[in-house]
Amino acid sequence: MESIEETLAATRMFHNLTPEQLSGVAQLGEEVEFTDRARLMTEGEPAESFYLIREGFVALQTEAPTGAITIETLHGGDPVGWSWLFEPHLAHFDARSRGVTYAVRFDGASLRERCVQDPGLGYELMRSFASVIVERLDATRLQLLDVYGRVNGG
Amino acid sequence: MTDVARSTPRTGDSVIVERGALDALLGSIARQGYQVLGPTVHDGAIVYREVHSAADLPIGWGDEQDGGTYRLRRREDEAVFGYAVGPQSWKQFLHPPRLRLWRARRGQNGAGLEIVEEPTDAPRYAFFGVRSCELHAIAIQDRVFLPGAHPDLSYASRREDALLVAVNCGEPSGTCFCVSMGTGPKASAGYDLALTEVLDGGGHRFVIEVGSDRGALVLDGVPHRAADAADARDAEQVTAYAVARMGREMPEVDLRALLYANYEHPRWDEVAERCLTCGNCTMVCPTCFCTSAEDTADLTGEEAEHSRRWESCFSVHFSHVTGGEARLSPRSRYRQWMTHKLATWFDQFGTSGCVGCGRCITWCPVGIDITEEVSAILSNPTDPTPPSEAS
Amino acid sequence: MTPRAHRVVSRRRETADTWTLALESLPGQKLPLFAPGQFGMLYKFGVGEVPISVSGASTALDPLRCTVRAVGSVSSALAATAPGDLVGLRGPYGSRWPLAEAVAGDVVIVAGGLGLAPLRPAIHHLLAHRNEYERVIVSYGGRSADEMLFVPELEEWRGRFDLDVDVIVDIAGPDWHGKVGVVTKLVELAAFDPNNTIAMMCGPEVMLRFAALTLRSRGVPKERIYISMERNMHCAVAQCGHCQFGPMFVCREGPVQRYDVVEPWLRVQEL
Repeated sequence: MESIEETLAATRMFHNLTPEQLSGVAQLGEEVEFTDRARLMTEGEPAESFYLIREGFVALQTEAPTGAITIETLHGGDPVGWSWLFEPHLAHFDARSRGVTYAVRFDGASLRERCVQDPGLGYELMRSFASVIVERLDATRLQLLDVYGRVNGG
Repeated sequence: MTDVARSTPRTGDSVIVERGALDALLGSIARQGYQVLGPTVHDGAIVYREVHSAADLPIGWGDEQDGGTYRLRRREDEAVFGYAVGPQSWKQFLHPPRLRLWRARRGQNGAGLEIVEEPTDAPRYAFFGVRSCELHAIAIQDRVFLPGAHPDLSYASRREDALLVAVNCGEPSGTCFCVSMGTGPKASAGYDLALTEVLDGGGHRFVIEVGSDRGALVLDGVPHRAADAADARDAEQVTAYAVARMGREMPEVDLRALLYANYEHPRWDEVAERCLTCGNCTMVCPTCFCTSAEDTADLTGEEAEHSRRWESCFSVHFSHVTGGEARLSPRSRYRQWMTHKLATWFDQFGTSGCVGCGRCITWCPVGIDITEEVSAILSNPTDPTPPSEAS
Repeated sequence: MTPRAHRVVSRRRETADTWTLALESLPGQKLPLFAPGQFGMLYKFGVGEVPISVSGASTALDPLRCTVRAVGSVSSALAATAPGDLVGLRGPYGSRWPLAEAVAGDVVIVAGGLGLAPLRPAIHHLLAHRNEYERVIVSYGGRSADEMLFVPELEEWRGRFDLDVDVIVDIAGPDWHGKVGVVTKLVELAAFDPNNTIAMMCGPEVMLRFAALTLRSRGVPKERIYISMERNMHCAVAQCGHCQFGPMFVCREGPVQRYDVVEPWLRVQEL
């Protein structure tokens, strides 16, 4: 498989980072592998990691009395976990792997430390995450519109 | 009567028929097998009905028209065509308000289905007294119904059989604006005969231009003489008089470009406060053509009919799509009517949809004036990016 | 144009409110030929007509198929037609999917909800002429698993090596183990060459606009994106005025339209 740096360079959310910045971030990452049904994070538990999916399938879920509901599924190129950004750094959702998922894991505390040391990198990283959050918000709104339903759809 | 040795007028000729021979003219048309329809006074308006003799015509009648106003008045002379257009147009005969399209029949026990197209027989009409704006309106509707892979056969057969006897206006009304629309007052094409009524010291007569062989045939047997230069001048004067007395004026700009660039103009909000969405304008407009389908079955459940009837884009359900109405607000419906009439019609059919007859102004209960609406937008255009040219 | 009687040979339920009717012509008559994307008008005796998506062209092996969603009195009556019964059909009407223009390039098909119905004949054509095209991608989104059309066929298509089929739902039930999210996600994930792609899309207007944005952000020009539009048809021959969308008669200039032509008008509210 390609190096972590190559993975980051090919990921759309990081397209605004310079090669130097990419290299700096890549150094903080480690390759990880999740087996089928393994958890990337658990709702309510400390979530100090940020994952970038290289290949695989991750279901973002929440527990309902009737069982787990999948809100969204994430795939190659998608980041998982934003709780590292803001205190109290607790996961809002469960994230489980379906099948084998290859990802790069970044330690949240180290990333935050790096952003403080290098504000330029920090700014660009925040922009990268903001772009993903905006995309997710748009998608979520589209889901909420329930366009296929009887009343609004076509 | 059918003496082939006599010289018959030919297409392009100009003849004079005296007022006293008007009955002969009407009789000649009827003898050709036409049902003659023409202006008559009825219920305080001039409407198109069957005409059997000159006495049925609105002799000595005139009209006063303005926004939301229509009145007949007695003239001081005995002019036969001394008025402008009334609430009706010829579309009610070529494109009837209700038309059955097919009948369906079930067999016994509900099995079987037979669908029978409605035959297109209709009387041969002669339209007597067609104004230039109306000739243009008919030509416009021709472009809607005749071209393409699915021409309207009922329209086509009525249209083909119809004899058009035009009248060049001498008495425009307060809402006429054919001059600024380039559609009158003089009939230039599309007629079988075109009459100009001259009523002066020289007497009461009609200068008639022959527009076709069918028209020429009608004149055969009607007392007439060839028109001379003086007659031509008399006719021109009638037209000049009319040209100088237009009630309204449409700004002569590229209306398509103007309206395409102003879909969000605040004027639409303003007119929406006045418009009742009653749809009168669409009923009286000679080019409006929208229809809705209607299905009925008889009580036995064995016979059904599929018909079409006139419909107005002002009706809320006209723009029904899955989930609701695409044009719910009165603003959007008025905008649809006006932008269709003056702008998108060009893209659809190659001409404007408006002929400047002024009926929509006269018959609007609140007197909305399409020329005024255009002027208002023109004097203060807002949206610089037309939908068709946006990136 | 007057409808001709046709026999309903089968009726298959697709979702809670959608059925596919298979039609055959009566002895001695021929079925009208619908190009992918074209629509017909289906007539129910005594009730009326509705425009219907032709979801399957007739072939030597298959009858003509139309997919009807029961939303009003006519469509509900049609959807309830029992096999053996007769309905009226007239057509074909409207414009077709740009299958000829798409030759020698990638084809991305984006469908949402009922929108897969008019795209199904396009997919059949692509498969029947597979060598003429490069990559063929089908991205299908629906509200939930039980509101998707043609599921057995989708599963069959997914098994092919020369087709990239993916589906996604807005709302996952407990038994759904596939992707969850909006169909634009599938467009993001799909592998195609934006410089040599034609996209064909059908679904709710909101979804189409988002999907078009996603395609454009990946570099597909507006002129290479086609959508199928929906408006109310009464006559289907551009004479009743109902289906107007700006200057377009959707029954004649559409329903398939190029996105660059249609997009400025999509932005006008209450057009």
